[in-house]
Amino acid sequence: MLLEYPSDLKYLDSHEYARLDGEIATIGISAFAVDQLGDIVFLELPEVGDAVTKGESFGSVESVKAVEDLYSPISGTVIERNEAMLESPEQVAEDPYGEGWLLKLRVNDPGEVDDALSADEYRAQVEGE
Amino acid sequence: MQELAIQLFVTNKEELTPEITLPLAQTPLFQLAVELKARLTSFGGWEMPVQFIGIGREHEAVRTSAGMFDISHMGKFAMQGNQLISQLQHLVPSDLSRLQPCQAQYTVLLNPEAGIIDDIIFYYQGKDETGEQRGIIIVNAATTGKDKAWLNSHLDLNQVNLQDLSSEKVLIAIQGPQAAAALQPFVQEDLAQIKSFGHLEATVLGQKSFIARTGYTGEDGFEVMVQPSVGVELWRSLYEVGVIPCGLGARDTLRLEAAMALYGQDIDETTTPLEASLSWLVHLDTKGDFIGRSVLEQQKSIGVKRRLVGLQMQGRNIARHGYQVLSQKKIIGEITSGTLSLTLGYPVALAYVPTQLSQVGQQLEVEIRGKAYPAVVVKRPFYRSLNRLAS
Repeated sequence: MLLEYPSDLKYLDSHEYARLDGEIATIGISAFAVDQLGDIVFLELPEVGDAVTKGESFGSVESVKAVEDLYSPISGTVIERNEAMLESPEQVAEDPYGEGWLLKLRVNDPGEVDDALSADEYRAQVEGE
Repeated sequence: MQELAIQLFVTNKEELTPEITLPLAQTPLFQLAVELKARLTSFGGWEMPVQFIGIGREHEAVRTSAGMFDISHMGKFAMQGNQLISQLQHLVPSDLSRLQPCQAQYTVLLNPEAGIIDDIIFYYQGKDETGEQRGIIIVNAATTGKDKAWLNSHLDLNQVNLQDLSSEKVLIAIQGPQAAAALQPFVQEDLAQIKSFGHLEATVLGQKSFIARTGYTGEDGFEVMVQPSVGVELWRSLYEVGVIPCGLGARDTLRLEAAMALYGQDIDETTTPLEASLSWLVHLDTKGDFIGRSVLEQQKSIGVKRRLVGLQMQGRNIARHGYQVLSQKKIIGEITSGTLSLTLGYPVALAYVPTQLSQVGQQLEVEIRGKAYPAVVVKRPFYRSLNRLAS
């Protein structure tokens, strides 16, 4: 299966992405992460109003066999979390960049996301693994 | 997510963190897993498929139709001798003298402290034409060498001949409600004559082989021991009739739903069968002395301090190996195995807890990433098949 990495997103080497639209960032996990994890069975996400800090774990994703911490490429305040995915986490795999998003943040500093990887840089990294 | 390596089986520290990394062994069916693009993992010194089409779908296949597992990595010993049963009686807490030919016993090898050296199945094959008793023992992969050394040093080798078939034979488990129907076309004998925990020397694809109605999934099914070329042909034949290849991932979720212990994780040399809730295989009243007996007698009379219990999480958080179990904010035990039960839809786990907190219905908590979540002690197994034959 050829995995896609949309070029309008920024990525972390820990396999999360951010899509920045003005001061709103949508956070999710990459198609590579979904492929590696296998059946996703549980998501743990912060509440609306919670602060998310770049570099600090904000939650976790679990497959049958693994539990992984989640990191955000950018700091901000949670304005929405994807309740449908919390209810049916297995659906993240069907559309990780669309319906399978995890959090929406109101960001503190949109410039922070520049430290994250471009799609090409991220692709090079995961395809080297 | 920092590490995406699948954290499968936190295995026996003693066996599986060797100082020197040895090359992983591969079974004769390994290439078939590669052909099917299985995801691979290392387990007990072997490179094995962890999943083929996905743990969830493989798990479901075994519960609802039929799945097959390459378990050729497991240790296999053929034994023969005039006094085979009485010799083995000294090494296990189960009364093997009750076995009729073509019956089997799940049991454990014990050290003098009644710690579990390994959990095994002994298949009694009866006497051969010279009157010697024959049997087969199947043991865990990572413990094969240890078990062989133990058997060799504790059996009278003048009386018992022990043959290691581990690298000569392939072992395939075919499991699920449709296992018998899927396997029957390739077997000359009628599989219906094999009861649960029964076994037979049978003819598979025209070749002499060994079939047992045992498994590690909590479902009806068979384990077939054949020579490698027959194993490859049998795997391909079963695949063609729709039996789903399954990896170690589904094997783990299936065995855990059935509350079957994983050696090196739920049981080891520091746990006794009474602590591990395996008292049903300890037959103190009907047999004589065996290694570890005095410790078990003592534990039976004064009671064990801790017991392996089944836990059901009250929410959706999954308790996993190594997580701490709490009661009234104090650490009282540790999760040995935990997963989301794919059949039941809620998280289940095994944990050692103090005996006074081990009753069914006991409310406990499990610490998961710094927070305590409610759990309750439940009956084992978590899942019981309606399709399973009575033994």
